[in-house]
Amino acid sequence: MTTAMSLQWPTDDFSRIPFAAYLDEDIYVEEQERIFRGPTWSYLALEAEIPDPGDFITTYVGDTPVLVNRQRDGKVSAFVNRCMHRGSMLKRECRGNATMHTCLYHQWAYDLTGQLRAVPFAKGHMGRGGLPPDFDIKSVQLTSLHVESYRGVLFGTFSDDTEPLADYLGANVRAELDRVFNRPLNLLGYQRQRILGNWKLYNDNVRDPNHGALLHMFHATFGLYRPTQRGGVKLDDRGRHNISYSMMGTSDDEADAEAFAGTKKVFDKGFRLEDPSMLQYDKEFPDDVSLTILSIFPNMVLQQITNSLCTRQIQTRGPGELELYWTYFGYADDDEEMTRHRLNQANLVGPGGLISMEDGEAVEMVHRAVKREQDEHGIVEIGGKGEIGDHDYLVTEIPIRGFWSYYYELMGIDSEQAA
Amino acid sequence: MGDMSEHAAIINLMADYVHLIDEDRLEEWVELFTDDCTYKILSRENVEAGYPLELMSCHNKGMLRDRVVSLREANLYNLHTDKHVLSVVRVLGSSDGAWSVQANFSVYQSTLDGETDLFAVGTYRDKVVFDNGNPLFAEKIVVNDTFAVARMLSTPI
Repeated sequence: MTTAMSLQWPTDDFSRIPFAAYLDEDIYVEEQERIFRGPTWSYLALEAEIPDPGDFITTYVGDTPVLVNRQRDGKVSAFVNRCMHRGSMLKRECRGNATMHTCLYHQWAYDLTGQLRAVPFAKGHMGRGGLPPDFDIKSVQLTSLHVESYRGVLFGTFSDDTEPLADYLGANVRAELDRVFNRPLNLLGYQRQRILGNWKLYNDNVRDPNHGALLHMFHATFGLYRPTQRGGVKLDDRGRHNISYSMMGTSDDEADAEAFAGTKKVFDKGFRLEDPSMLQYDKEFPDDVSLTILSIFPNMVLQQITNSLCTRQIQTRGPGELELYWTYFGYADDDEEMTRHRLNQANLVGPGGLISMEDGEAVEMVHRAVKREQDEHGIVEIGGKGEIGDHDYLVTEIPIRGFWSYYYELMGIDSEQAA
Repeated sequence: MGDMSEHAAIINLMADYVHLIDEDRLEEWVELFTDDCTYKILSRENVEAGYPLELMSCHNKGMLRDRVVSLREANLYNLHTDKHVLSVVRVLGSSDGAWSVQANFSVYQSTLDGETDLFAVGTYRDKVVFDNGNPLFAEKIVVNDTFAVARMLSTPI
């Protein structure tokens, strides 16, 4: 049996990643306990999805089904989406409004705080059957998560030992959430993408600004993102979260030609879009940043790609499968034209996105290729070795090392084992 | 039109549509649309919840051509062959020269290694107009029941 403890880390700066970490079933089970049920905050939903009392959504933390609802008093609570009686899934719908959550199997009914309220035939029939007299309905409560909201973004944790959400996020991440979640939202809809690869491969992907214009040639071609632009990465103190940011129009053709020389991608092929409307950025933030990818350990991405805004939630489906759940939004004060523009720009991302469809393929290609190479390691040296921290350049994959340093810590891997 | 009824022409158009995608003749596929066409792939989830977000959207023929050019030149995707299976086409009637047409589809994708998966199941909700006797899609609305998209949505449905 492979365990996280038995993974080999040949360097202490996480510039070598053991492939076994992506593949092993036992490690996956350990991750569910130590990471998704450990001292981390998982992204659940946006408050805007459940504005009114009784509104609920169902989601996953790792692979645990979770029910999130707004109570009568306006507070948001989250529970394992499982009836305490026989373990049936309590809510099957993706979203809705309910005054009670009634299990369809035997109709045990819970209120919005997760308290069991009613059991049919509790006293049996004609004085026979039913629950024993000492069964205390009030003692039955759905298994709950701690819930905290930052700027209307809801996070949950199973652990009593998790640090407060604001501390967990850190100043850089809070600043980015302040920037994007600056006023009431208008939800535009959802997309889902199922990828046959490990959930950490996607976390690597979003912490890797270097791949942006190499894998996604549409980016480079139309200048939405080039690693030659002004930009960089900002991490939290622990290196676990990352913000990659860049500014359109800050690279010059000569530098681009030099940078892309030797790649197979011809970035200056000279084809033009017949309808370039989706490339336009209507500047809407005080800074010049036109693209940000914020990744929050372990399951959240927030993107600003020009005017396309969305969260991506990573749901695990086993060591070899993940689902990305994309929630697109604009602002409540957007006019019709802005809403149309955001919808138009949604063509850039998601499973059919002109600049993102390749990620699904990249994750699957790695997952397939390393299957029998579990003792081997991936190389993470672009951007530099050693220290993990902020820097103001984009040809980097240092944030990947940040992710793995925190992963290593959470998985309880003996620190003497490194190097 | 010759002696071909409008119904028969519409059914031929629907058949040509899926055939041209399956044969990877996307440049010809684009020519089945009007210049100011609308092409949308919608997730059934969003349709039912009343959200406007598309999985793919083109608001004119130029954007359709852009999609094809991007697929040919820029995007790297899971190389595969598509096969559409189209249901009996329902021609629901016409109003102001536009015919409402509906049909169900399934799309199978086969890999380079010859493995086939069911990729999508859904409904076309279309508007067809006649231009000099030629039927064209003014609107092609693809409602995708398989909205948890496997891998990626590269080629059109």
